[in-house]
Amino acid sequence: MKRIRLGDLAHARSGDKGNRSNIGVVANSAAAFEWLARVLTAERVASYFAPMGIGNVTRYELPGIHAFNFVIENALSGGASRSLRLDTQGKALGTLVLELQLDAPEDRGS
Amino acid sequence: MSLRIGNGAGFWGDNLDAPVAIVKSGSLDVLTLEYLAELTMAILAHVRSKNPAAGFVTDFPELMPRLAPFLKERGGPAIVTNAGGLNPEACAHAAAQDLVAAGLEDWPIGVVTGDDLLSWIPTWISEGILFPHMETGEPISTVVDRLVCANAYLGAREIAEALAGAAKVVITGRVADASLTVGPAAAKFGWKWDDWDHLATSSVAGHLIECGAQATGGLWHDWSNVQDFASIGYPIAELGSDGACTITKPDRSGGLVTTATVAEQLVYEIDDPACYRTPDVNVDLTNVRMAQDAADRVAVTGARGTAPGRELKLSAVYRDGWTASGMVAVVGRDAEAKARAAGRIVIDRVERAGFVLENSLVEVIGAGDVAPGVVRVSPPYEVMLRVTVRDARRAAIERFCREIAPLITAGPPGIAGYASGRPQPKPAFGYWPALVPRYLVAPKVQVRTAREWAT
Repeated sequence: MKRIRLGDLAHARSGDKGNRSNIGVVANSAAAFEWLARVLTAERVASYFAPMGIGNVTRYELPGIHAFNFVIENALSGGASRSLRLDTQGKALGTLVLELQLDAPEDRGS
Repeated sequence: MSLRIGNGAGFWGDNLDAPVAIVKSGSLDVLTLEYLAELTMAILAHVRSKNPAAGFVTDFPELMPRLAPFLKERGGPAIVTNAGGLNPEACAHAAAQDLVAAGLEDWPIGVVTGDDLLSWIPTWISEGILFPHMETGEPISTVVDRLVCANAYLGAREIAEALAGAAKVVITGRVADASLTVGPAAAKFGWKWDDWDHLATSSVAGHLIECGAQATGGLWHDWSNVQDFASIGYPIAELGSDGACTITKPDRSGGLVTTATVAEQLVYEIDDPACYRTPDVNVDLTNVRMAQDAADRVAVTGARGTAPGRELKLSAVYRDGWTASGMVAVVGRDAEAKARAAGRIVIDRVERAGFVLENSLVEVIGAGDVAPGVVRVSPPYEVMLRVTVRDARRAAIERFCREIAPLITAGPPGIAGYASGRPQPKPAFGYWPALVPRYLVAPKVQVRTAREWAT
């Protein structure tokens, strides 16, 4: 099955709140938003970032701007003031999520 | 009737020239300067612990000599900033001295205090208030002996009150970032504090401009099509008395304002978009829409507001031992393996010196360790080894700081870049987000002339 890179359908930005990170994913079109609403689930994003040892992922929707907000618990191994990581604020996650590969449907309309 | 509010700083450390550039060419009614990240308060707490007269953002008073000529010539813009940090009165004192030196003795400066609750926490704990950590649920009593700051996020009302009291500079401590914009809008348009949709729209405007150039092409994914990053224009919100909101930037500045750059900022550092919480209003962002009205002009509509909660967010910071971090470059066909081995050598040597470190992390930057395991990268020929530690014992961290340099002669080959000296132990801090009932918080507004603040 053909694979589609999320970055070909959307753009994203990430940041921190305490030990959580959020990744806003903005679809490039209404059609892309509708398709991503089906396939870019919280579970899909959670499994993508699982190697980092993250916690629960919640997905919210902002249909007015064709966007999703993924809130990732325990994403920063302690948060900005405490984490030992170079990226203590989760700034890189928004760029990394764009490499997520999705299974393309046979006859995707857009 | 409309109001142009420009933001010239998105954090402490942001572009020093941006506030001057946006005042010079932005036709602003109001300049906001937002300096306080979660981490910033920890830094200010550390500074204040060494000097009770410090603890504010020194970038702000340093700006005054550069902004004073515009204030003198044009009578504005009004300036609203959270540069006060943990010591707004000392910040006002420092800024006032520069205004007086520039001949602006009568310039009215408003100071908002009352957010600093540190001295009350032990009393309130004894009265049975737990201040549970918002993520872990633990009571704050577990860290109360180590607290260095505890601040409520105040809202827009005191800022509006200061402006209504004729202040032309308003210096606050911890306030919600968006409130820096809501305050001047509410003061200008005379909105009521239950005019939820207007408060919601101006909160969205404040959220969109609070991080400076992040709304105008900074961080935008299509970075290679951003014109002139080096002179990127900082964002301006044009607000109408009817609740209209347009995001733009100064003419002939770098960067760009499109529905895409602004949309990316709307989703930045939010939680549930159906309830974006501020001290002023709970905002429903889910039906916010954006339209490109003209080049570099995006109209933002659809924000809806409801009454905010009966509690304010409390942002506390506690001491959490010591930390240090060291880096060296490692080159060669086995760069990643050599870097990991070198990292282990450092940790082993600290252990043999008698310190089993409580927390240590070896990262090989260039080999995928910014987000470990998420993206596979082909074997890199050169990497940065970064070793970072945290421990309650300062002596353990000091020992660690002496163990990076020996790698140059006693480690694997191909290690370079150790010219900047030993790392230094730094205090480590923990962040404690909680809620505080509004009735415990008593904000205060003082408006005085620069001459009075300067003495």
